[in-house]
Amino acid sequence: MSQEQQQSEQKRVGRTAMPEQDPKVRAHNFKEVPLGYLPEMAKKEAARCLHCAKPRCVTGCPVNVPIPDFLQLVAQGEFDKAAKKIKEKNAFPAICGRVCPQEKQCEGKCILGIKSEPVAIGRCERFVADYERVNNLVAVPELPAKNGKRIAVVGAGPAGLTLAGDMALAGYDVTVFEAFHKPGGVLMYGIPEFRLPKDIVEHEVNYLVKLGVTMELNTIVGRTVMVDELLNEEGFDALYIGVGAGLPAFLNVPGEDLSGVYSANEFLTRSNLMKAYLFPQYDTPVVRGEHVCVVGGGNVAMDAARTALRLGAKSVKIIYRRSENELPARGEEVHHAKEEGVEFHFLTNPVEFIGNDQQRVTQMKVQKMALGEPDASGRRRPVPVPDSEYVVETDLVIVATGSKANPLLTASTPELGLSSRGYITATETGRTNMPGVWAGGDIVTGAATVILAMGAGRSSANDMKQWLSGGQEGAWI
Amino acid sequence: MLVPSIYEMVVYHPRLARKAQPGHFVIVMADERGERIPLTVADFDREKGTITLVVMAIGTSTRKLVRLAEGDSLFAMIGPLGHASELDVPQGTVIMVAGGVGIAPIYPIARAFKEKGHRVIIIQGSRNKDLLFWTEKAAAICDEHIITTDDGSAGRKALVTEPLKELLEANRDHENDPAAVRCIYTIGPAVMMKFCTLTAQPYNVPAVASLNSIMIDGTGMCGGCRVRIGGETKFTCVDGPEFDAFAVDWNLLMSRQKTYCEAEKCSLDRYVQQAGMEVQK
Repeated sequence: MSQEQQQSEQKRVGRTAMPEQDPKVRAHNFKEVPLGYLPEMAKKEAARCLHCAKPRCVTGCPVNVPIPDFLQLVAQGEFDKAAKKIKEKNAFPAICGRVCPQEKQCEGKCILGIKSEPVAIGRCERFVADYERVNNLVAVPELPAKNGKRIAVVGAGPAGLTLAGDMALAGYDVTVFEAFHKPGGVLMYGIPEFRLPKDIVEHEVNYLVKLGVTMELNTIVGRTVMVDELLNEEGFDALYIGVGAGLPAFLNVPGEDLSGVYSANEFLTRSNLMKAYLFPQYDTPVVRGEHVCVVGGGNVAMDAARTALRLGAKSVKIIYRRSENELPARGEEVHHAKEEGVEFHFLTNPVEFIGNDQQRVTQMKVQKMALGEPDASGRRRPVPVPDSEYVVETDLVIVATGSKANPLLTASTPELGLSSRGYITATETGRTNMPGVWAGGDIVTGAATVILAMGAGRSSANDMKQWLSGGQEGAWI
Repeated sequence: MLVPSIYEMVVYHPRLARKAQPGHFVIVMADERGERIPLTVADFDREKGTITLVVMAIGTSTRKLVRLAEGDSLFAMIGPLGHASELDVPQGTVIMVAGGVGIAPIYPIARAFKEKGHRVIIIQGSRNKDLLFWTEKAAAICDEHIITTDDGSAGRKALVTEPLKELLEANRDHENDPAAVRCIYTIGPAVMMKFCTLTAQPYNVPAVASLNSIMIDGTGMCGGCRVRIGGETKFTCVDGPEFDAFAVDWNLLMSRQKTYCEAEKCSLDRYVQQAGMEVQK
């Protein structure tokens, strides 16, 4: 066997494992689950990259991170340079390395995945971002002179923060308006500490502040101040709307308003943003169930289930109306949830919540489902099995079946064009029907992923720069 | 301090004051570890850029709030939230029933009705005379001011529902009079609003209640403040806080308000103990 063949064989062996907290231990703490690569592990894993002539991984990435280039730097031990290489395209690698659905994006396209396992791109990305942060190698680049133009960003989530960073780097004066008392959006209120430590989010936001971005917290655009006031009275030259899809969808079944039935938004916001898991050191409480049911099969459902476990539940059940094959959650989240002892009940759907005399939930009536013909999403539609109802004992139910568009901003801006479901209508680069106003992320696409929102922010930033520097000529849309 | 345990706070927030209207509420946090609690706007001054809030110190969060001294800052205040009061009522009499701290949020609504030329009757109920506040302020903006106390230490010894019933009884068969009762407003503890609603039920006069559900964000994001209105689920924060009182499922509201009572007690015990230790130092 030639040397080349040997190397090629090595690359086909499986990916380098990432150390994790023991499932039995971590199910009772809020510390991060994966511990991250050590330098040697990262080098070994990055060396598996085949450096394809036409790297499919890059096209699989919504922000086109130069993946083979950064992996080569990692393999050479140039971790700091690797971090800077990623940051040419992605401002928040420590976040993306943790929460991107890599198996559906970069890693899903990796050629090695056909015969073996794909390169663990996400783990390498996370490693270099952490290496840069922990070793204080994060540097604020030299900024161009301010060009005097002002940008208002509504919502300090992934889309808005990405755009804010891009515009600040190009010399614009950026102000981000955020309704909550902390910036980060879903990164703060939605994703739990054990999956994305909040000090990392704070670090990334602080980086933007160092770039000169102003954060106006506790300010609801649409209530405290209006879109037209920002544009016409406060002198902003352009405005970006990235307010997310923060309205919980409920099941509309009897008993859903009982105490002890939460939306996932409420349960996770209490625990993550308000730090109810540290109650009473923090003042906000959360219902800590013994026998918890989480309805839904997405990442949010996994986050809620694993949070409930860490808050002391004796049993946690995922109740999902389709089968395991249709689970929309990221593979790693499902795997982690199973390891920690979350039970999965597939093809099961709640039909009623039952409470006691104090109107607290005590039981949930469910029915079995079967998969029928494919629906509009292409997935097989779940249909109820007749006479299959039974009762599950529970004292805490978390409904994680998706979210809808929040009308708070759009209702106060009636000229803004909306879809029938209340999402903002926008072009590929995020232009709305209002000149000078862009929108992106979940408020345009409906609930999606952090990285897609970041990609939307990036695309709008490029378009916004062009429009503002090009004298705002030509047709708006 | 207005009376023992009830405090008035004037907060400088020009943007918010500019937008505030009667019926709106705000969410405040006393400090970084505090809860986000909703408080209905008790008054606003657009020129000075201030919002007035009235807080009764009951649990940890409200006690933290009232410990702030003049010149201190709140950790956070957001708003204005919710829909403003619906003031488009046919000319005539409006009865405003306020229980306890409820006189504060009802005040700007009563004043707005008065400014629109309505005859305004305020029924102000309290446990006893020591907890009564803003009586002169209320009297100045209404045509009739009825005070009731549970123990008779001030005004009539009665519950607010008694004068309400008498007024509505006297109003019977006067539906075409210019001074007929056109609307009832009630703000106070849920149980009081429930009994006002039951009292008013037979008289065919519209009634509005401002609900005080537990909230977090106040923007429709969490759904923690859900209430049943006429058999439908509504969010107090974005669909309310004012609703048709006859359509409210009062028992559900009250049981949802009790969701955290054990945690609240635990938090308060801890807070009082720590505050006590601070005093000893």
